[in-house]
Amino acid sequence: MFKNRDVISILDFSDAELEKIFEVSKKMEKTMKKGSSVLKGKILANAFFEPSTRTRLSFETAMHKLGGSVIGFTDIEATSIAKGENLADTIRMLDAYADVIAIRHKVEGAAKLAAEIADAPVINAGDGTKNHPTQAMVDLYTVWKEFGRIDGLNFVLMGDLRYGRAVASFLYALTKFKPRKIYLVSPPLLKPRKELEEHLTKSGVNFEIRENLQDIIQETDVLYVTRIQRERFPDPAEYEKVKGSYRVDLETIKNAKDGMIIMHPLPRVGEIALEVDTHKSARYFQQAANGVPVRMALLYLLLEGEK
Amino acid sequence: MKEEGNKLIVRRIKNGTVIDHIPGGQALNVLKILGITGEEGYTVALLMNVRSKKIGKKDIVKIENRELDPKEVDKIALLAPEATINTIRDYSVVKKTKVKLPSIIKEIVTCVNPNCITNKQGEPVVPTFKVVSSEPLVLCCEYCGTYVNQNDIIEQYSRAAAKR
Repeated sequence: MFKNRDVISILDFSDAELEKIFEVSKKMEKTMKKGSSVLKGKILANAFFEPSTRTRLSFETAMHKLGGSVIGFTDIEATSIAKGENLADTIRMLDAYADVIAIRHKVEGAAKLAAEIADAPVINAGDGTKNHPTQAMVDLYTVWKEFGRIDGLNFVLMGDLRYGRAVASFLYALTKFKPRKIYLVSPPLLKPRKELEEHLTKSGVNFEIRENLQDIIQETDVLYVTRIQRERFPDPAEYEKVKGSYRVDLETIKNAKDGMIIMHPLPRVGEIALEVDTHKSARYFQQAANGVPVRMALLYLLLEGEK
Repeated sequence: MKEEGNKLIVRRIKNGTVIDHIPGGQALNVLKILGITGEEGYTVALLMNVRSKKIGKKDIVKIENRELDPKEVDKIALLAPEATINTIRDYSVVKKTKVKLPSIIKEIVTCVNPNCITNKQGEPVVPTFKVVSSEPLVLCCEYCGTYVNQNDIIEQYSRAAAKR
């Protein structure tokens, strides 16, 4: 079920498969502390055509923790891609060297093409604006670890729901489960794309587009905040006008119910006030930390299968 | 073309193609999709909005001395899912093809997302689409997930024809 499988879109996975990944991730939290050599002799190729901090480092950490090694690049200026080599040829080379390939690329569909070319399993570490399946797995795991389930919870996704691939992937991921309700809170300019909205409708999840967080904060179990980028607004004045409405501080969550958690795929730039970091609901740093056990689980399952 | 009573008669063609059961009003777009602008010199007859028992109003296109290849037949299916294509040789129909919209469309459509891998030069990738809906036509790019509709396709072919 997992061995040698490509990880291109979160939609390729069933809820049962995702829960399997969560269970293995939980075990990996223990393995992480003492380290392991189950992937000794195996090589992960990190093909990062676009900059990344958390995703790349958590893949590297995950591979090292399991005894494997990592090759790759993060700066295409220093590679033959800068000389004009195409993606396909670069992937063919990495396929010959490595046992598994993680790719991050700004072009949409790059990971799918890489998977068609490589025999080794390819993991999409983010391509374009829609797919970031391992981030979605990390996000789901964070919720699952907290509540023991995804089903029946109320989610609020707030911020840029149009260009953020992490949040888009998380939304796609939620359609694999039965959340009680999903509220989408964003400026009109940054509401989800038509394809995503249609997918939500078709999947039958209960969702609603809202403009204001305050009306729904009391029933929220998971508040997922994303960064609103200034450059998405043709008019800077428009950005200045909306940015405050999508910011979370202690005042915003004053009426939140006990047990609500706040998530953010990071990096954040002011949309969650620093004062929230020490609040009992803050989970975004844990969420980032969860990137390691989840990616350990995934690397293990792809390379060794379920043993 | 001559009128006989209340019937409109278009001269039979000796060799070529007759495309029948095109949805009313789409004939010009069918020519566009085939890349026929008129400058190629083919004798072309168009009948538009003729009454049809099968599809209400239909268009018919006759092109003299031009036969269609299978890829062109697939292209027509994108605009006229009910069309029949008659290949004419020496005044008789030697082949009658009913177009069929496949569930996967390869090669003949371009993704509208400029940031899609299928639009990057030098990569060994064939644009591939899943048919989400046939009426109205909506295709979904297998690589980036972007939707492409009938107007996008007509525009693509008009642009390609203008370039030639």
